[in-house]
Amino acid sequence: MRLIEFWLNNSGEFLDAIFRHLALVVASTGIAVAAGVPLGVISYRNPRVGAPLVGIANVVQTIPSLAMFGFLIPMPLIGGIGAQAAVIALILYALLPVIRTTASGLKSIDPSAREAGLAMGMTGRELLYQVELPLARTAILAGVRVATVVGVGTATIAAAIGAGGLGEYIFRGVASVDSVVILAGAIPAAALALAADLTLTWLEQWFAPDRANGGKLRVGAVATAAAAALLLVIGGLIWSERSGGRVVIGSKDFTEQVILGELLAQTIERSTKINVQRKFNLGDTLVCETAMRAGDLDLYVEYTGTALTAIFKQPVMLDSAEVNRRVDAGYAATGRVMLPPLGFNNTYVILTRGNEARKLGLKTISDAAKYSPDWRAGFGSAFLDREDGYRGLVQTYGLKFRETPLAMSLSLTYLALAEKKVDLISGDATNGLIAKLDLYPLEDDRRYFPPYHAVPVIRSETLNRHPELRAVLGRLAGKISDQEMRRMNYEADVERRDARLVVKDFLDRHPEINQK
Amino acid sequence: MDGNRFSPPSAEIAIEFADVSFRHPNGPLALDGFSLAIERGETLALVGRSGTGKTTVLKLINRLLPTQSGVVRVEGRATSEWNPIKLRRRIGYVLQEVGLFPHMTIGRNVAVVPRLEGWPEDRVRARVDELLNLVGLDPKTYADRYPRELSGGQRQRVGVARALAVDPPILLMDEPFGALDPLTRAEMRREFQRIQSQVRKTVVCVTHDMGEAFSLGTKVGVLAEGKLAACDTPAEIIRSNNPEVKIFIDSLPKLGSGEWGMGSGG
Repeated sequence: MRLIEFWLNNSGEFLDAIFRHLALVVASTGIAVAAGVPLGVISYRNPRVGAPLVGIANVVQTIPSLAMFGFLIPMPLIGGIGAQAAVIALILYALLPVIRTTASGLKSIDPSAREAGLAMGMTGRELLYQVELPLARTAILAGVRVATVVGVGTATIAAAIGAGGLGEYIFRGVASVDSVVILAGAIPAAALALAADLTLTWLEQWFAPDRANGGKLRVGAVATAAAAALLLVIGGLIWSERSGGRVVIGSKDFTEQVILGELLAQTIERSTKINVQRKFNLGDTLVCETAMRAGDLDLYVEYTGTALTAIFKQPVMLDSAEVNRRVDAGYAATGRVMLPPLGFNNTYVILTRGNEARKLGLKTISDAAKYSPDWRAGFGSAFLDREDGYRGLVQTYGLKFRETPLAMSLSLTYLALAEKKVDLISGDATNGLIAKLDLYPLEDDRRYFPPYHAVPVIRSETLNRHPELRAVLGRLAGKISDQEMRRMNYEADVERRDARLVVKDFLDRHPEINQK
Repeated sequence: MDGNRFSPPSAEIAIEFADVSFRHPNGPLALDGFSLAIERGETLALVGRSGTGKTTVLKLINRLLPTQSGVVRVEGRATSEWNPIKLRRRIGYVLQEVGLFPHMTIGRNVAVVPRLEGWPEDRVRARVDELLNLVGLDPKTYADRYPRELSGGQRQRVGVARALAVDPPILLMDEPFGALDPLTRAEMRREFQRIQSQVRKTVVCVTHDMGEAFSLGTKVGVLAEGKLAACDTPAEIIRSNNPEVKIFIDSLPKLGSGEWGMGSGG
């Protein structure tokens, strides 16, 4: 089976992903329990505090996880990209079940036990530790179980902000339309959730209030062990995240971006002794931009047309030189440096199925406009929003569709088109799937799409710290033609080669790039 | 009305209510100008219909409820002046539902207050054995069991043992045998009389059963409409002409058969 082969071939990386996934869940659930149980006690003792507390936790729970990670990126101190922001988000999700079950577990204790404790002259603290918490133990553990299982699932989304874990396979698989890679992440994630559920169910039974061996000492020992493990895990996460002297390289969430991120990383690794940290598959342009402004990301490849409109909010322009000049100025004004273009122009292409194009004799977007009123269209959400995207396109060509175009993940649009879920999409000119799925790029006969030259963008601060990077990365200038890029994308997407190997081969063929 | 009419003037008053009124939040007046004095070593059985404030009287003594008006004194001091924790540790409390902690063994249940008081562990263990023997439960058999493994009567005995753990001078009992079957109940009454003859506590026992009141109490108090309608020895109570008292006496199956009224002789 390809799946087992995949795990075996990537066993080191796979185990690392499982460990990181577990570490994210253990750290966040541990902290959520440490904070949530006391908060649950407070909300039980003092309903006036408790009601709004549970209310807030409820609202947090309803925020979709991708949106939550999005909110956190620009936050100072707690936010950003990477494990820390992911743990913060996961804590917020785990808090509600812990607080609520703690409070309701305490509320459901037999009142005569509480009255007996009070009548025996227990102080509030003695009553809490000797009577109330032990009796609510099962309920609290049930809350911990729910929080953990939810955490295992939500942690897969954390890969979107570079926290790693099993979600990385899922995102990578979705990006390259490879179900084996998706399953490589999804199956162990589901197995982890089940294992967590079973383990904690077993613990719940072990600690049932009237079980003969559920003694006080044992609870103390388990709590101590858990606290120690938690500290270790958090320490490990912090250690693995320490970015002292490192250069963090990012990428958006599609294959070409991962290849380009890998290209920057390997070029730096071959020519310098700088430590490189890869945070790939970071989602959309704005995720990378926000992360870079927050200082969480040092370097990634952007496209000039995207930078001009999506980042610097300027009107669409067709003149390459002018676009370069403006983007260069925009980055300079915001503490970044735009490095020389890599060579290729990954502009938008409008795609239909090859079959249809041949059957109807379609060559240009203008040709397609005649048929589009019967078609459905699907676009990446960024394309729908952008000045140089959907709105301008339909005006320029007078395109009409059967219904409002669907907004979907960029990498899913190709598959949606091939599977006839939609009939027209926008894609990247260099995408390897175009050939694989037999999609037809319609010619932009009215020259609507502006230039999208790939340029590495680096934070000025990082460049000051490592001035040699200017020369090292400068050697990539003009080295990658449209054809070269499409070929690498094809290797990665269609031949399913690891991006690292694709880039390694490329650099091996171009020794002039990595002279010391 | 005055429970101390026949007491020798030297007798010490352990518990005293002076003109106490109490209203539960959003509820009717439970006590209305209630007065009572209980001498040290006495067993007062308080009877009254359901909802006449019997339990309120007990909870005012150990300050599970705060005094609203009037004064409740324990050992000469108003309960409002006591540290509530110290006060409660001088007062054993046996609840109708027993209130044993289900997550603790019998031994640990009995040991709760001694441990709260910081007794050394060997003294705690010796005391637990002594108390379980006192209430007729073999420590070897029962100390390590959990409450759910015991019968209702056995649980009630543990409740009494736990209440007596640090030898408090006062014992409050709220319908202590109410949940038991009639045979077990009669047995528990005899047991209580035996234990009380050994420990000589000041006991306030609440019940709605006149027979139980007569068999347990050296004094019987009758609560009606938030006041003490009568409080006297069983022998005097039987002769009372108070209409509220008569209702209760009429509820007794047969009088003077010797089973009632001789509680103190047990």
